[in-house]
Amino acid sequence: MQRLRDGDEIAHLITLMFAAFVLLLTSLLVYELWINSSLSRSKFGLAFFWTRTWDPVGGDFGAAPFIYGTLVTAVVSLAIAIPLGLAAAIFLAELAPRKISDSVSFLIDLLAAVPSVIYGLLGIFVVVPLMRRVIGPAIKSTLGFLPIFKGPNYGVGFLTAGIVLAIMVVPFIISVSREVLLTVPREQREAALGLGATRWEATWQVVVPWARTGIMGSVFLALARALGETMAVTMVIGNDPKIATSLFAPGYTIAAVIANEFTEATGNLYLNALIELGLVLFLMTFILNGLARLLIVATDRGGGHA
Amino acid sequence: MSDVRLMWRKFLNVVMLTLTGVAALAVVSVLFMILGYLIWNGGKSLNWDFFTKLPKPVGEDGGGMANAIVGSLKLLLLAAVMGLPVGLMAGVYLAEFSGKTFAFVIRYTTDLLNGVPSIVIGIFAYSLIVLPVKHFSALAGGVALAVMVIPITVRATEEFLRAVPVSLREGAMALGASKWRTIATVILPAASAGVITGMLLALARVAGETAPLLFTAFSNRYWSPGWQQPIASLPVMIYTYAIAPYDDWHRQAWAAGLVLLGLVLVANLGCRLVLNRRGTYRSV
Repeated sequence: MQRLRDGDEIAHLITLMFAAFVLLLTSLLVYELWINSSLSRSKFGLAFFWTRTWDPVGGDFGAAPFIYGTLVTAVVSLAIAIPLGLAAAIFLAELAPRKISDSVSFLIDLLAAVPSVIYGLLGIFVVVPLMRRVIGPAIKSTLGFLPIFKGPNYGVGFLTAGIVLAIMVVPFIISVSREVLLTVPREQREAALGLGATRWEATWQVVVPWARTGIMGSVFLALARALGETMAVTMVIGNDPKIATSLFAPGYTIAAVIANEFTEATGNLYLNALIELGLVLFLMTFILNGLARLLIVATDRGGGHA
Repeated sequence: MSDVRLMWRKFLNVVMLTLTGVAALAVVSVLFMILGYLIWNGGKSLNWDFFTKLPKPVGEDGGGMANAIVGSLKLLLLAAVMGLPVGLMAGVYLAEFSGKTFAFVIRYTTDLLNGVPSIVIGIFAYSLIVLPVKHFSALAGGVALAVMVIPITVRATEEFLRAVPVSLREGAMALGASKWRTIATVILPAASAGVITGMLLALARVAGETAPLLFTAFSNRYWSPGWQQPIASLPVMIYTYAIAPYDDWHRQAWAAGLVLLGLVLVANLGCRLVLNRRGTYRSV
């Protein structure tokens, strides 16, 4: 018996070591980002966040255009993906028969598995020309008076990147929201319908508010993905470190500038500045993922009525 | 007056419910549009040379991506060898041995690591492997992919081990088996189908990753023997060929896209069909 228990102890210890290794690996990741950005951190300090110059030749680096581009593309993508994803999730959870709902969800999960470089490929050769010839002119002729739609339309830019990102994150919103909507108790719907509400009113005024915490969680998850997405954005945003109000203007995101300039970075300061951008991106997604998890856990516990 | 209001409510009901259906249809049709474009453009360009030949020098038409296909497989092999055992063992710990606080910390860290943008994982592998030895290598690319494989495997393993019925556990224990024996000979085999498909899904996910390879594995227009040289991979080739100004490269980017998407989707389809038959599995 003693021998057997010793075996248990050893197995426990070995698996514990591997679990601890995951912890170690993640801490090491943060450490490496911190250490390898020290030159840039000490030279630019907090001003890094609001400096608008990005001058590799002169050795002057600021993150503002990239943070701006990252946030703008993420906001555009969510503005498209939230209504689309929530509507589709409502259809799948509330209206569609179980069989159809399951097979459609299956296809949507497949959509989430498409590699981002494929989205980039389609972005360059399908979405960009479409933007230049159809979508762009259509928006200009209807909403062109708004400052966010002023300026020339090159096909590449914030709006194009936002559209491609929206397609990429919408499966996450649908998948999580649908699951959350399915956990809403049947009585909630029946009570609303019994009071004379239409199907839509019952859904929109009772079921969706009940599930709002979990839906918020899915949105944060999608936002975190949109912020960190690299390839598809790099291929369609135009890669120009400028802060422009027009969504048609080319821009740059944190992930895109790292992808483009990392291998060409000459000099330690340049490389450190890029790694510091990586650190900023890490922190942004870290906070968002944490919030998303908390919200989703809260739904699991409190039935969404937190 | 109330008739008008009722009519309006009924009208709104129909319109909004229809719109939700349209939204679902729109999202699903995107998948078929992606498939359609790739099969159309990629199918036209795909030929035998693509699988057997090396890339031609810039400016010459033709050639293939044989080195990138082998390169992707080598990188996946590295990721599997380094990432899967760690993920499996950590998953076993979480499902079978863990207490409360430490397990919470590990689980949280795993989710955190899973959410780290892939480009940041690239920086990590770069500073870990490339910076000390001062050159790009297949090994560095493999490490980057392994770091991404680990958290996915951990959570999948834990989930499938937990799904094994308690009665099996109790049966083994009642026969006098120790805990590790129960795990090794009863629980793991019972969960094996799920655990293995979970691992395949993890590999399928990193097979399409480009960003972490850009400055770790880099790329290569020739064969890359061993593990210490820069190595070509399909995703990176798609990226460089797609943004290049040559028509023939665009053609090959589509072909590579079709091959990559085909591999990833077939792996996903197979795994998900197996998993769906055996119960629920949430990928997100």
